[in-house]
Amino acid sequence: MTASTDTVTSDQTAKPGKRKAPLSEGARAERRLGWILCAPAVIVMIAVTAYPVGYAIYLSLERYNLELPQAVKFIGFSNYAAVLSSPYWWQALKVTLIITVFSVAISLVLGMLLALLMHRTLFGRGTVRTAALIPYGIVTVAAAYGWQYAWTPGQGYLSAAFNNSAPLTSEVKAIAVIILAEIWKTTPFMGLLLLAGLSLVSEDLQKAAKVDGATAWQRFTKITLPLMKPAILVALLFRTLDSFRIFDNIYILTDGANGTGSVSILGYDNLFNALNLGIGSAISILIFICVAIIAFVFIRLFGTAAPGTDIGKR
Amino acid sequence: MAAVTTTPRQKAGWGTANFVVIALAMIPVLWLASLSFKTPAAVLDPSLIPSQWTLGNYSQILKTSQFIRPLINSIGIGLIATLIAVLFASMAAYAVARLRFPGKGVLIGMSLLIAMFPAIALVTPMFNIERSLGLFNTWPGLIIPYVAFGLPLGIYTLSAFFREIPWELEKAAKVDGATPFQAFTKVIAPLAAPGMVTTAILVFMFCWNEFLFAISFTSTIASRTAPASIAYFSGSSQFTVPTGPIAAAAVVITIPIIIFVVFFQRRIVAGLTSGAVKG
Repeated sequence: MTASTDTVTSDQTAKPGKRKAPLSEGARAERRLGWILCAPAVIVMIAVTAYPVGYAIYLSLERYNLELPQAVKFIGFSNYAAVLSSPYWWQALKVTLIITVFSVAISLVLGMLLALLMHRTLFGRGTVRTAALIPYGIVTVAAAYGWQYAWTPGQGYLSAAFNNSAPLTSEVKAIAVIILAEIWKTTPFMGLLLLAGLSLVSEDLQKAAKVDGATAWQRFTKITLPLMKPAILVALLFRTLDSFRIFDNIYILTDGANGTGSVSILGYDNLFNALNLGIGSAISILIFICVAIIAFVFIRLFGTAAPGTDIGKR
Repeated sequence: MAAVTTTPRQKAGWGTANFVVIALAMIPVLWLASLSFKTPAAVLDPSLIPSQWTLGNYSQILKTSQFIRPLINSIGIGLIATLIAVLFASMAAYAVARLRFPGKGVLIGMSLLIAMFPAIALVTPMFNIERSLGLFNTWPGLIIPYVAFGLPLGIYTLSAFFREIPWELEKAAKVDGATPFQAFTKVIAPLAAPGMVTTAILVFMFCWNEFLFAISFTSTIASRTAPASIAYFSGSSQFTVPTGPIAAAAVVITIPIIIFVVFFQRRIVAGLTSGAVKG
């Protein structure tokens, strides 16, 4: 942290002339170079996200079924009305929110424990980090098959450990299994982000509090947690939005059977089973709006600590 | 922590905690590995150690183009997308870290938005766009979205790395008589290389892992990637679930991840955390 601030300052003082006179030849050239260097990245990002979203808005206002290409027609907001009045949408949204809330909350607590362990453990730190990176790095689909077979009665070790139960065939239990798979996969990422926040908490402050007679719990809640707030918020925001997009685990584990589909599964099914581009696009836009609301709420609630505003200050 | 003497009890406590974490992380992976070595009969036995061992599952999947071709697709698409994403991201990150220009905040904000973007929202419109442009079921049809989603990760990680580079050294080298080209290749490039390697690993792991686009924008093994191909595996007859071959394929696509994690643990940790927290 300090090192980076130092370089930035020294860097800026190295060319004060350019800063004071923004319209000088050098500054103009620097501007141009900056834009040129950013252009390829910006073009690709816009071409792949902004343009399709705009196109999706347009498609969502049309009746457009790939099986009936002649019947394409502008129908206004009827697709939205159809989605919003459909129980499938609300069921998928409910499942997505349940999975998001539980998996993020539990992986926050476990991630914090993992971060404390990685920060404090006396030996084997590298081994623990390497082991923790495996769930983070493993292909979600590969891990999901592991979980599916583990919970299959007659062949899975977890099913055998729980009286040969078949949790993937009932709604609530299947959702619990999906949440478990998500937690296993995402806790390491949470732990690593929190570990980075933890290493910014000064050791001296902890020692001073210890001398003053604060218990370990008091030190954690009164010093560590408040100082880690920015790191926690960044981790929460990223994990919440990531979890809201859940697709791979559900696709492999249940494929949305028994009311376990997320909004992403609903969107996928609508495109590839119903071949309905209009409805599919309406679902896309509604999901996009949900994500925007979540991001907005985070940034509003947590103000300056949110990453978006942090960045503006740079 | 340095001055604290450790008692055997503390040691045992941390040791147990370490062990629990390592076990929780490894058991699901070891289970998958064990399944991949089980004979079709032994698959029906839930024990973690196969009662009958076989390499048959591996020879079965490595014999068919249904898995080999997607594996080649995964490697090719992943490498090309990583190369392009790291190139574009380093240009942008250099500008963010070194230059003053209006619109820097917009670029960072845009990357952040895309990092949080719900991929499913793109699937329907992109499916239609790719069909009309002839990109559907081709390598570029996956490379382009992978570059776009790898870029935010790359810009974040690289601008954090680039900010740490002592750029004054470049000037010092020039004072000592180096040409700008020498100053770049001999001084700056070696300093920037570790950050770029780390970023490349993270972007490649993202491409390797991606599933939603891979099943949405492909229809045959001409461009289907390995994770997507596993979902289309079928058994030797329609009544057998190909558990063994699926487990073997899952293990094969996990091997590169384990290699990365074991050899580049420090770099991956540094890369993941530098962009997000130091930001």
